[in-house]
Parts: sequence; structure tokens; C-alpha cells
Amino acid sequence: MKDLFEEIWESIKRNKLRTALTGFAVAWGIFMLIVLLGAGNGLMNAFMNQGDRFATNTMAVYGGVTSKPANGYQVGRGIELNDRDITITQSALFADYVDKVSPVLYNGPYTLVFKSQHLSTYLCACNPDLLDMNKIELLFGRFINRNDITMQRKTIVLAAAHARELLNGGEDYASLLGKTVTGGGITWLVVGVYKTDRSAQRVEDYVPISTIQTLHNKRNMVGQINFSFHGLTTREENEQFEKTYRAALNRAHKAAPDDESSIWIWNRFTQNMQMDKGTHFIRRALWILGIFTLVGGIVGVSNIMLITVKERTREFGIRKAIGASPWEIMKLILAESVSITALFGYIGMFLGMVACEVMKMTVGQSSVEFFGETVQLFVNPTVGLGISVGVTILLVIAGTLAGISPAMKAARIRPIEALNET
Amino acid sequence: MLIELRGIHKTYDNGQPLHVLKGIDLGIDQGEFVSIMGASGSGKSTLLNILGILDNYDEGEYWLDGKLIKNLSETEAAHYRNCLVGFVFQSFNLINFKTAVENVELPLYYQGVSRKKRNELAMHFLEHFGLADWATHYPNELSGGQKQRVAIARALITQPRILLADEPTGALDSKTSVEVMNLLTELNRTEKVTIIVVTHESGVANCTDKIIHIKDGVIGETTMNEQHKASVFGTATIMK
Repeated sequence: MKDLFEEIWESIKRNKLRTALTGFAVAWGIFMLIVLLGAGNGLMNAFMNQGDRFATNTMAVYGGVTSKPANGYQVGRGIELNDRDITITQSALFADYVDKVSPVLYNGPYTLVFKSQHLSTYLCACNPDLLDMNKIELLFGRFINRNDITMQRKTIVLAAAHARELLNGGEDYASLLGKTVTGGGITWLVVGVYKTDRSAQRVEDYVPISTIQTLHNKRNMVGQINFSFHGLTTREENEQFEKTYRAALNRAHKAAPDDESSIWIWNRFTQNMQMDKGTHFIRRALWILGIFTLVGGIVGVSNIMLITVKERTREFGIRKAIGASPWEIMKLILAESVSITALFGYIGMFLGMVACEVMKMTVGQSSVEFFGETVQLFVNPTVGLGISVGVTILLVIAGTLAGISPAMKAARIRPIEALNET
Repeated sequence: MLIELRGIHKTYDNGQPLHVLKGIDLGIDQGEFVSIMGASGSGKSTLLNILGILDNYDEGEYWLDGKLIKNLSETEAAHYRNCLVGFVFQSFNLINFKTAVENVELPLYYQGVSRKKRNELAMHFLEHFGLADWATHYPNELSGGQKQRVAIARALITQPRILLADEPTGALDSKTSVEVMNLLTELNRTEKVTIIVVTHESGVANCTDKIIHIKDGVIGETTMNEQHKASVFGTATIMK
């Protein structure tokens, strides 16, 4: 092995400039591949951040407008979800799949006031089960609990972004616990503060649903039903469940069972499947683009190795005359090709990763205003260990491919012809 | 018989067929010192290439050390060349970017001998040929005679059954030529190496014990030359 590397080193030393130029093409190919994948990852991470905000095994159900006449009603009748729909969702009919159910009723906008600070917000009325479904991460205090619901307490869980505004930029969110804020002419007791990040689209504060229903005399209204489910793993299963579920709700509202616009179902699980498909596609496209760039480098290596074989014809003839088998000669060329590709490939990979880090520190930190929402375009635009391993394998394959035709040419050299060359 | 050729035919086909060897029958014993003489185009180089397993032949049989050398794969041929045959060329054919000692140990590398062992052996051979001081020199730092001695050391390091020399003095002046031929003679006498020299110089052929004349692809006369009186230029000179 050591002998083989010495041979390669000798050969590279004799042709420094040529090797460097060839290596540059390979390094450039890998550099582009890494930067493309890094940028792609950044885009997709930003994308995923939005999706990550909810547990993926949940569905949100809204009322819509009928599109089919049924039971003597004409089309265009608005449907509002109510407590009965909650009961249907929790019934034995769907017990095989449905886990937790929470009604959600958006209310507002309200102006929340604390001391001299005030801000405008929507109140999201819900029950305790929404905590897991919306992946709400509490920083201080607690979430809405059962007692809040049954006793119709006027408690509120504030978003960290709002707590900060109410504290006039202060960070001591815990100091708000036990204090009261006013909103919509009602005094609310702050029981918790939950974490919000910059990329969150709409920030809301949580209150018990029973309180809102009573206050606004919307006894039965729920606005939206969120529920988590299990056991629906394929697209077909999900569609089948949605169909039965929609039919049940439609019947309860005297709409046609197959009316798709009277009840809207937003299935985050299938949504996620769709997104996964999209990201897979993007990732594959980036790999293909990167590999095409790399092909240029490989052709360069192949070209150089052919010239090397031509130059060393006589030497290979001597080696064969004193007993080198064709495979020994092939090994020399292949190893040199793989070495050049791998060495410069790694240089390219290293530079590509540096470029990714630079991207992370510049573009990755900035965000843009998009329809009034703050959106980060790049989140962590780097490549992971898996890709590094993948690239290593790719480089070895590429080097072998580049070397195979020159190596075969070298192995076919006939000693008597090579020795007669001067 | 160490070497036995029976009815060897060889035809080159470069557009027009060229019948180079037209039935060669030849036997060479262990320990012989033989020269093959002939004009250029007589087929002597082709014969040497076949003897050295560098080329194949169309008809006949070639037995070397009890093995039939026929229709070998490239890898088998390489293996036999490595263990059975040592080559000495007119133009030395040393590898320029390797030092003398690296050149000498190269055949052992292809036998898979360890680095340390082959280096020791190569140094031993170089010492034997009086080249120990030149071991780490590159071929372009050596004189013609030194280069040919390195080449002979490389040819002998695997202890081959035959040593094939193709015009070994062709690129040397007369004084060095004598030295090289004396070295070959000594190797034949003391180490009992079987040596076949191809040459067109009668002085060189005169150093050997048996001269085989080849003409137009067939073997002419074979002169026994134990007395070394075959040269018309006298016994102690090599014609230049």
C-alpha cells in the first residue's frame, strides 16, 4: 500500500501544474454541489419551520358553505360548527382513530392593556388539549386547565412576544404571572407565558373556551375543531377517514354527506406527506445539478490520466517486461485517479462547507417582510455528516470512473511495442 | 533441456503478412552461454521476444523449464516473465525516476516481497556488481556501463532460469562492452546462469560458448565456440 502511494506521489510531483489544474475542476464541482445542497437545506429548513409548529398527526376542521342542495335547503348555506360536532368527533364512531379533541374559537381583535402598555391581539379560545396539538412550549406558569374550563375562569396564557411588549421590552416574563391584563373590557389573570419565535406567522393568546362562549353568548359555537389522531398511516386511509368524518358532520348539519365545501378539513399529516415529497424532489434536483457540475471535473481527470498513460507507455512496458501483471498497471492509474479526485474533492468540500457557514452567518440571520409577516428565507443552510459521507463515496466512484478507461489503455500496452518506442 | 523450441512459426500481419520465423527448432541446456547471431530482419529479435514470453507464436511448441509456454493469459505471462526470465536490453530500460536500488528491487515488488527484504537483497546485488556507492543515484547520474550493470542486477534479482540479453553492448563503447561481456561470462561460469545473447557483432558472439546463426527465419549453422576463436578480428577484442 505504501509503495502504491509512493508511486502516485512520484507521478504527481512530476506534473504539479497539470495535477493542480485538473484538481481545480474537481474541487469546483464538489464546491458547487455542497453550496447548492447547503442553500437547498437552508430553504427547506425555513419551509419546515412553518410546518413544524404543529403536531403532524392533527386535523383542523372548519365550517364552510354548502355547494349541494340537500334536505330542502338550497346551496350557499353557511355551516357553523358547534358543541354537537365535538360530541360526534369524540363518539364511538371515530374512537378507533381520534385521540384528543379541542374546540378553537378565535376572538378579536382585542386591545390588551397592562399598565401603560397596550397591543392588539386575537384571543384563541380552546381547551387544555390544544397544548400538545399546537406544540405550545410553556416558558413560565401553566396552560389552560380543566378547572379553567369548568369554572369559566378568566385566565390567559400570553405569547412571549406579547409579554415582552406589555413589559415594554422587558425580559422578566415571570413577573407577569398572577398579574392581570385587561382586554375587551374584561380583566384577565395571566397564568402562563409560552415561547414564540420570529418565524411564527400569527401570534395569539390562549383563553378558556367556556369563558368566551359564555361572555359572548355563543353557547354552542366552536368555530374550529382541532383533534389529534392515530392509526392513519397511508394517504388512502386518511382519505377514507376524512370521507366518513365529513359525511357524519354534514348529516348533523343537514347537508349532503359528500358536500366537500360545507366542511373544510385540513389534515396536517397528508399536508406533511405532500411537503416531504416536495423537499425530496428539490433535494434530488440539487444533487443532479451538482453532479452535472462534477462531471466536468471528472472528464478533466480522465483526460489527464490518458495523457499520463501516453507519456508513461515506455515505463509501463518495462514494468510489464519485468513481471507486472495488467492489474498491477491498472492499479497504478486507478489509484492515482482516485487520489487526485479524493484529495481535491475534499478541498472543494471543505471550502463548500466554509461557504455554507458564511451563508449561515449572513443570509441565514436575515429575514424578509412577506405580506406583512416576517419570514426567514434561510435557516441553518449547512450540510450534515450524511452528505459528507455521501460525497466521499461519490468521489471514490467518480475517481474510479475517471481512471477506468485510461487504466485499461495502460493495461493493454504491449511491452515489445512500448520498449521499441524512443 | 531447459529450453526447447519445436517448429516455431511466427507471422506478423501489418497489412501485408510477413513470415518472420519459419520453423525454428532449438534446444538449450541449463548453464549454457549461447549467442544468437543474424542480420537485421533475420528474425533474431522476434525469437528473443518469444523466448522471453513478450510475444506469442502461431505454430509449434515452446517448453521452458518443463512448462509449455503457449496461449498464456497476460497475467500468467507476466508471472512467468517475473520468475523465469531476466531481461537485459540494449538501451538499459531503467526507470528514470527511480534510483538504482529501486530499479533493482522492482521485480521483487511484483512478487510481493516485503520492502525491507527486497531492499536488502537489491543492495546485496549492487554490492556484488561494485555499485554499492551508486545505489541512491538516478539512472541519468550513471555511466553507460554502470546502467547496464544495474540492469543486469535487476534481471538477476529474482534468480531467473534464463537471462536474455538483447544487444547488451549496443549502446556501449568497446572498453565497457568488454567489461559487460566479461561480467556475463563470469556469471555463467561461477553462478551457472543460462545466458542467451542476441547480437549482430561477431566479437560479442565470440565471447559465448555456442553461436547460433539465424537467417531468413530459419536456423543456419550452429558453431561450437569453447575455444572462443570464432571472431575474425582475433580472440580478445570486441569489434566496434
